[in-house]
Amino acid sequence: MKALRKQLDKIKPNFQKGGKFEKLHSTFDAFETFLFVPDKTTRTGSHIRDSIDLKRTMSAVIIAMIPALLFGIWNTGYQHYLSLGQDPGFLPIVGYGLMKVLPIIVVSYAAGLGVEFIFAQYRGHEVNEGYLVSGMLIPLVMPVDVPLWMVAVASIFAVVIGKEAFGGTGMNVFNPALLARAFIFFAYPAKITGDTIWTGGLSTGEGVVDGFSGATPLGNAAAGAMDKIPSMYDLFFGFIPGSIGETSKIAILLGALILIVTGIGSWRIMLSGLLGGITMTLIFNAFAANEYMTLSPLTQIMMGSFLFGMVFMATDPVTAAQTDKGKWIYGFLAGFFAIMIRVFNPAYPEGTMLAILLMNAFAPLIDHYVVEANIRKRIKRAVTVVKS
Amino acid sequence: MPKTINLNRGLNISITGEADKSLKEAVALHYAIKPTDFIGVFPRMLVAEGAPVKAGTPLFIDKYRENICFVSPVSGTVSEIKRGDKRVLLEVRIEPDGKNESEQFGKADPSALSKPEITEKLLKSGLWSMIRQRPYGIIANPDQTPKAIHISAFDTAPLAPDYDYIVKGKGEQFQAGINALAKLTAGKVHLNISNRTSAGEFLNCRNVELTTFKGPHPAGNVGIQIHHIDPINKGEVVWFAGVQDVIAIGSLFTEGIYNAEIVVALAGSEVLKTGYLKTRRGACISKMVENNVKEGDLRYISGNVLTGTQIRRDNFIGFYDSLITVIPEGNYHEFFGWALPGFNKLSFSRTYFSWLSPKRKYTVDTNLHGGERALVMTGQFEKVLPMDIYPMQLIKAALSENIELMENLGMYEVEPEDLALCEFIDTSKTEIQAIVRQGLETLRKEMS
Repeated sequence: MKALRKQLDKIKPNFQKGGKFEKLHSTFDAFETFLFVPDKTTRTGSHIRDSIDLKRTMSAVIIAMIPALLFGIWNTGYQHYLSLGQDPGFLPIVGYGLMKVLPIIVVSYAAGLGVEFIFAQYRGHEVNEGYLVSGMLIPLVMPVDVPLWMVAVASIFAVVIGKEAFGGTGMNVFNPALLARAFIFFAYPAKITGDTIWTGGLSTGEGVVDGFSGATPLGNAAAGAMDKIPSMYDLFFGFIPGSIGETSKIAILLGALILIVTGIGSWRIMLSGLLGGITMTLIFNAFAANEYMTLSPLTQIMMGSFLFGMVFMATDPVTAAQTDKGKWIYGFLAGFFAIMIRVFNPAYPEGTMLAILLMNAFAPLIDHYVVEANIRKRIKRAVTVVKS
Repeated sequence: MPKTINLNRGLNISITGEADKSLKEAVALHYAIKPTDFIGVFPRMLVAEGAPVKAGTPLFIDKYRENICFVSPVSGTVSEIKRGDKRVLLEVRIEPDGKNESEQFGKADPSALSKPEITEKLLKSGLWSMIRQRPYGIIANPDQTPKAIHISAFDTAPLAPDYDYIVKGKGEQFQAGINALAKLTAGKVHLNISNRTSAGEFLNCRNVELTTFKGPHPAGNVGIQIHHIDPINKGEVVWFAGVQDVIAIGSLFTEGIYNAEIVVALAGSEVLKTGYLKTRRGACISKMVENNVKEGDLRYISGNVLTGTQIRRDNFIGFYDSLITVIPEGNYHEFFGWALPGFNKLSFSRTYFSWLSPKRKYTVDTNLHGGERALVMTGQFEKVLPMDIYPMQLIKAALSENIELMENLGMYEVEPEDLALCEFIDTSKTEIQAIVRQGLETLRKEMS
């Protein structure tokens, strides 16, 4: 440790103002602070500070995503061999999963972080850790057969247009990871819809056993094939096709638990999102105009990316509503619209992504009204005092 | 039974080095009055270096409010008038002569005096400077009548002194001080106590409205208490004073002199023998910490670790402070500090495993524990601010110097100390207290 610290201190002047590599200051700083928590002390205000920083915050979110990621890797292999009608055992399944998923993660991080570093350098500030989460979320919401170049383009789009154009981390309106997915969705619709993209190798025409369609539960539901929706057991544990991280509900709930216990993710958004989804489903159940509308709330919630979206996407502190009251409204509507879009939109089976992006756009408005109520209360209080 | 107000939000930071309940006389070689302790005061000197002074002799006045003067806490000579950059007056140092001579202001029963008479006496003796107002935290305007006067009889900050202990035996002076203050307001004098307050001096105090507060820090902050008893609206003024300020004001009437004696707590993990010290306002701390602190790079704080002022080890206690805290500096690199399990790391969040042992006390240093970042997390500040105020929105309004928005969001109701916990828990390491002060100063300039 000491030798490393010495070496860093030795080369540090090169990266500071006037040094040889002055232009790489942000990059050096990012790596230095990754290795060592800085020796900076408090100057003004509180003399002591909480041990938490943005790195720790983001690490907590990443740790929360690990169960979903690990299951996603396994399930990628599992679905692949299922389509081939083979059962080669645990290791080859995980091996195949790693082979498919790891490159997506690497590309997502490399492309996104590359842009982040360039912008930090250009703007002369420190590299923000926000992308550490986005970079992991992007692979988790991708179909496994997505072309890598597309992941790269989408990641760059998400960072440049989604984040930096609005002023960088903390200023963005839309969740970057969802934006990356939406980008592919609108730019290359063929690559993110249909039945064949969810299972590794299916889209490239590898042999398929009879009876394997590759369709996701939502795909089946949208097609009216309610009888083909997998059992609640499969839905809950995630032995189904779908985006890499979305299938296992138990892994997602484990992540939710970590987020709530650490206090990083908003339980208000998660809970109200769930309530919103259930409410919409119950309304559908009451009308029951078609078979899709008769699905139970539990089935709706267990299908698709609903839970994943509510736990990991809707809770993004920057793009969600910021006030506690606002979070209830925001979460509820996100869940509400997710089910509504899912059932009504004929073009695409899932509605979570669009619902959350829509609510991202409305979050500032919700906050505005919540804060406005507080302001009105204060003004009214002042007026009553003057009158009395 | 006094009314009880329960506050749920907040955070008690438990750190090591609490002051031992033992009282000692402290020696001080120097005393100093620091104009920087008084917000918005532009000093004009009345004495020169070498001038002899008594306790209560005016040293300087406020250029913009000439009836407000600042007096010597002790008899002696003006040994140094210290100036900083741009000749800003930093300290007026007094070397004591040991004679304990005082200016005579005359004894009186405050209950028998009128408001102008009391004001006059306080102004003349320099004790007016102990009455401050909200908003802005500046010294009160003697021409105004506040809607109420608040005194917080307890402090919930880390290692804070116990006022039950400090007030012991000073009930008479405290009551006299209350009686004097009661004449100054059209409303009530509120004495805000904790549910743990046991001192008869507070519980049996007359001429006040008692309110009990129950809850974690910042429940002891007078700003939080005002907010829950009777919040400040635009255009309104509320005055406040500390317990020892009230005692000093009381002594002026019972003894007829400026009795600058105070009791301060000496606390912090790096103090070898903590305890309560009897000294005077503005005392130099060097003798108190001499041979009484651990080795190493240390930070000396006048006040508590959240809101106090950093001072050198040969510097002076702040005018309004009753606490000296000594903690280690944190100027070291920590290898993968952010990634460790952190069983011994103090954090409000539960991202470190230390949350599994909620009872433990921590030795904390001044390390920032991270780099400054954009404001990312939301919904955190609300958890430690027991007020009907949106802290994040208020901070952003202050940053953008939006006067109307600051007013609307309740800037008049806060002081930086009320948001100190927000600053403590902030993952982005933003200088929130400085931002709030800046915002308040913007408002004050706009309104004057």
